[in-house]
Amino acid sequence: MKSVIAEDLVKTYRNGAVRALDHLSLDVEEGTVLSVLGPNGAGKTTSVRILATLLKPDSGRAMVGGIDVIKHPEKVREVIGLSGQYAAVDEILTGWDNLVMFGQLYHLGKKASIARAEELLERFSLTDSAKRPIKTYSGGMRRRLDLAASLIVKPKVLFLDEPTTGLDPRGRQEMWSVIEELVKGGVTLLLTTQYLEEADQLADEIAVIDHGKVIARGTSDALKKQVGGERLEIVVETQNIAKTMEVVAAISGNKATLDEGLRMISAPVSTGATALIETLRSLDTAGIHPLDVGLKRPSLDDVFLSLTGHAAEEKKEEDATPGRRKKAKK
Amino acid sequence: MSAFKDTMIITQRQLRLLTRVPEVLIFSTIQPVMFVLLFRYVFGGSISTDQPGGYVQLLMPGIFVQTVAFTLAGTASGLAEDMKKGLIDRFRSLPISQSALVLGRTLGDSLLNIVVLAVMGIAGYMVGWRPSSGILNVAIGFIFLLLFGYALSWVGIFVGLSASDARVVQNVSFIVTFPLTFLSNAFAPTTGMPRALQYFAEWNPVSTMVAGCRELFGLENQFGATAGSFPSENPLLTSFLYMIIIMVIFIPLSVRKYKRSAD
Repeated sequence: MKSVIAEDLVKTYRNGAVRALDHLSLDVEEGTVLSVLGPNGAGKTTSVRILATLLKPDSGRAMVGGIDVIKHPEKVREVIGLSGQYAAVDEILTGWDNLVMFGQLYHLGKKASIARAEELLERFSLTDSAKRPIKTYSGGMRRRLDLAASLIVKPKVLFLDEPTTGLDPRGRQEMWSVIEELVKGGVTLLLTTQYLEEADQLADEIAVIDHGKVIARGTSDALKKQVGGERLEIVVETQNIAKTMEVVAAISGNKATLDEGLRMISAPVSTGATALIETLRSLDTAGIHPLDVGLKRPSLDDVFLSLTGHAAEEKKEEDATPGRRKKAKK
Repeated sequence: MSAFKDTMIITQRQLRLLTRVPEVLIFSTIQPVMFVLLFRYVFGGSISTDQPGGYVQLLMPGIFVQTVAFTLAGTASGLAEDMKKGLIDRFRSLPISQSALVLGRTLGDSLLNIVVLAVMGIAGYMVGWRPSSGILNVAIGFIFLLLFGYALSWVGIFVGLSASDARVVQNVSFIVTFPLTFLSNAFAPTTGMPRALQYFAEWNPVSTMVAGCRELFGLENQFGATAGSFPSENPLLTSFLYMIIIMVIFIPLSVRKYKRSAD
């Protein structure tokens, strides 16, 4: 069953001058993780805001947990959790205050809210800072608290909009392990990110979006295959370059390319490890000892570049502001 | 019923903010108390009045109204801040009554007004303010002030939802409310003003509020201008009408704006 379905979503700003979503369609299978990957301004935040009932699309249809987002937003709100790229918690209040308040707003009742708050603080290693105002928290702690706030009623579908943007490597790592925990628990997760690595790490499936539409989707492996197979890379001493290029070209069946600075010869190969062994054997016969050899699989960066024609982080900060400020930009 | 509960939880949040940042309460009280002292002792001596008990009797209603009007800025900037931080998005993604957030904030700000007015009343008493109309009328006067504050907080909600930056909101609100409170009968007689301003001051809701409070506190409305004009003859009625007009306009506008704030 699909937990999230978006069909043909269109959203324009400034009377159509800016097209944030251009017939975007995607879906998430129940209990899986879909990562929506795209550069700033691609429409990631807009899609999440529509699915989380914060924004109405100009046209198109969206279902979350089997409920129509446009017709019954109030019912959708009962089954979702949302954590934005900016920590949407009250900075002046303490972590404890925040979680109890949100618990009460979910109509848990005071006692249950307190119990749930303490449970979540414990689970996200925030118990020690529970009584401190959020503004004293580190970026990573804030994000964890924000995530905790979106988990108060155990949502069926969780939306995480760029959960690690702006975090240092340690904070990102912490956040990832928290998210991995959640996923093990069986939540359906739609996660947006501009980090290819993050999509690779967390998602079952990736939807690459650019200029408001999905331009590719599939598992990380499938996407990489779509770009092409592996490349053979060999580094040799300068005097052996010419001979090595011949050998590599013969085995790959393609023209070998040379990076003179690195003395690295590379060529696409279709037979993977077999090609690597053959090459090494031939070189050995010729008395050439490579300095380094490798079989490189395309990274998601390569995928992104080949799909969009531009690198993932080339655009300027457009999608990075929450709410309506976004539309003023672009 | 759950809408009411939601509203109360948001109101609680507003109050909790006060306990977490006591500076807010301290400064929103110090400023009006400072005004009381400054006007009482700096201008009080030079503004001649035949009011028994002196200038301070006329001054206090003026400062009460001014203080209540100034809280509009706090409502607006607090809300703008919540919008910017993304907190409003979180609230809007919850299964709660969509009006609870703004409603709770206006109620919370009214409660703040109660505290501030109480402190000012005490400060006024200490520098010689003695309302002569009896406890009941004084109480009605304060309720009147709170209602005015409540009506204005909806203007604050609208301003806060419309602007993008809390500091801009603070400045804009100040630029609007400051002259409004001075182009009135709050601190000096309107009779000294140029004719056009006099006319404005007469119809200014701040003036009608001040005149209304003076009446409730047992004073002749000395600073009112031309006798016989509708607002100076019926300050309480006019003020009441103003409050209704403000709320009729700004409550639906704000609620609509809030619901659409994301589009």
